[in-house]
Amino acid sequence: MNLTLFLLALFDGIAYAALVFIVAVGLTLIFGVMRILNVAHGSLYAMGAYLTASLTTFVLAAGLPPIFAFPCMLVSAILIGVVLGGPLEWLLLRRIYHKPEVLQLLVTFAIFMILEDVQRLIWGTQPIFQSTALQLMGNVRAFSVNYTVYQLILLPIVAITLLIGLRFFLRRTVAGKLILATTEDREAAQAIGIDADKVFLLTFIVGAGLAGLGGALASPTTSILPGIGADMIVLSFAVVATAGLGQIEGAALTALLIGLGRSFAVYVWPETQVLVPYLIMVAVLLVRPEGLFGSPAARKI
Amino acid sequence: MKKLLMATAACALLPLAAFAQDKPEKLQVGVTTFLTGPASVFGVPAKDAAEIMAEDINANGGIQGVPLELTFVDEGAGTETLTTEYRRLVENGAHAMLAAISSGNCKTIAPLAEDLEVINIMWDCGTQKIFEEGDYNYVFRSQAHAGTEMLATVAYLLKTNPDFETIAVVNQDYAWGRDSWDIFSAALKALKPEVEVVGEFFPKFGSPDFSTEISRLQALQPDVILSTSWGGDLDTFVQQASQRGLTNTSMFVLPLAESSLERLGSALPSGHIVGARGDHYWNHPERRDDEDFKSFMAKFEEKTGAKAIYPVFHMSQGLAALEAAYDKAAEANGGNWPSEDQVIEAFEGLEFQGLGRPVSLREDHQGIEAQLLGMSVQGGEHPFATLENIMIFDGAELTTPVGEESVAWVGTLEPGWVDSLTVETYAK
Repeated sequence: MNLTLFLLALFDGIAYAALVFIVAVGLTLIFGVMRILNVAHGSLYAMGAYLTASLTTFVLAAGLPPIFAFPCMLVSAILIGVVLGGPLEWLLLRRIYHKPEVLQLLVTFAIFMILEDVQRLIWGTQPIFQSTALQLMGNVRAFSVNYTVYQLILLPIVAITLLIGLRFFLRRTVAGKLILATTEDREAAQAIGIDADKVFLLTFIVGAGLAGLGGALASPTTSILPGIGADMIVLSFAVVATAGLGQIEGAALTALLIGLGRSFAVYVWPETQVLVPYLIMVAVLLVRPEGLFGSPAARKI
Repeated sequence: MKKLLMATAACALLPLAAFAQDKPEKLQVGVTTFLTGPASVFGVPAKDAAEIMAEDINANGGIQGVPLELTFVDEGAGTETLTTEYRRLVENGAHAMLAAISSGNCKTIAPLAEDLEVINIMWDCGTQKIFEEGDYNYVFRSQAHAGTEMLATVAYLLKTNPDFETIAVVNQDYAWGRDSWDIFSAALKALKPEVEVVGEFFPKFGSPDFSTEISRLQALQPDVILSTSWGGDLDTFVQQASQRGLTNTSMFVLPLAESSLERLGSALPSGHIVGARGDHYWNHPERRDDEDFKSFMAKFEEKTGAKAIYPVFHMSQGLAALEAAYDKAAEANGGNWPSEDQVIEAFEGLEFQGLGRPVSLREDHQGIEAQLLGMSVQGGEHPFATLENIMIFDGAELTTPVGEESVAWVGTLEPGWVDSLTVETYAK
């Protein structure tokens, strides 16, 4: 493997890792605060993708310029967070925080299954492709290989912005500090007047919105069809478990590891491409069962 | 006493009933198809087509005067559910079954049909292994198998682009992706031994992203890229390749792209090889002026809003085989409703015609089906690629002889063999 191929694999890995991180960070945020493994995260991702494709098609059909594809993504992510995530937490999850983990898993899995069927009802089974946003940004050429600006530059920038933004939000803003305090000790937080219910609702809306944003950002790059949510949730779980549940920086590093592992596998030994992310997970968990950044005593975000 | 007499009378009459095969009230046929999951891109149009065709058959008096009643079973629900449903339908009196789309399901169902003693027409699955590895009494295939389809693809490639030197493959990582590459590469090695395979990629089935493979392929710059992928996988691969200019530097060979043409829109540029798993094309050059073809296509487009794709043609062949077998058996039975054994007998050497050229059944129950391939071309009156330089190959010459194994047989072919093939060419 020469330097050119090494760099190409590096680019591919980074572009892939960016998308994985955006989805996984929502999942890990929800777990860190609410201690709930949200399987429905995969559906929220899929719904975000479908909604963006539909909105973009609608906006273009209405005669607006293609640049409006980008606001469509943001609108979809917010809609997924507020319209879908909000009621989910308020009506369902709120009732199961004190129940055994198995039950929590079953409930979120049920939501996942229901939302899968909802997607089929609304969008049917034929693959949908809406790549206006990606085409708009064109290509960039590196070592005689074309990359899309969208995947190589925009996605990593969004991922890094999110990472920095989330850190800032949690450590420097009042709402973020409330979330951190509730995570640390829910009862103590309530004793000093923090409305824990409100904090949980806010966290879930943000987490669901991030899943929706992941789907929205993925939508121009791929065919949207039934089942994409299931795929993403499995990979996200691998990232979150490897990182240590609730670890945002860990999720970023793990996504990068998995992205690079996968792309180098394609260059060196394509047959192992599917295996590599899980090999990385097994290797990390063997050495550190609590995950890369996790601590056995208390998991914090 | 009265009861006993009645029972005796009933027993005495029983053999009579068995001899004179009473016409059933309706001909019950179970159809397995994908209504959920990724393969529903094939299953749903096929179901729509089957409903139109059954309506047409019944409007013309049914099969030998008996109306056809179709029941659909979802293959997407998993093998266990599928076999349970299949059994249930047969035990509730289904006269024949059309199964299946998935090769894995065909492998499960062929022995099951044999056990249940029910006529089963394999109407869409591609695996060549069923009749090569087993002998069946009740199972028939109303279309070609992967061997014929891959060999036709190699033949078209060698006829239209004889000077290529390197090839790479990007297939889905499951039975079809692996098996089709085995046959294709064996045929290519026999017919053009100097070609170098520069890359073999088998991304996971349902992969949402081929960016890394595409980067790798741009670095490798193969003359030809083969992909037997289908549905969302094929759409994503071609879209991503086209966005990044890979379709400008390599020629794509896509044996299943006929089923994606409309969805791909402008993403599939001109000059790439498109196959259709048989002579299946909404604008079939030999059939497009026929009344039955035109009227069906109009009905299908009205019902679904889309052009017919190959599973629709396969469904038409499956139902045509069933109808032809009953007609032939009834004729041999002096115009009376035939028994199941008589229908099975009629299947031997049966010839029937769906929406493509006529198909015939060989003694091993394998269908002999013509193969159509073409070159994509943009800029017609449609917002998606259509075909030009269409070739229709004769099915018999491309099908592995009875008793031979496909991968081994294609390996015995000699360079120059493609020049001996019977082929009709159409500009568009």
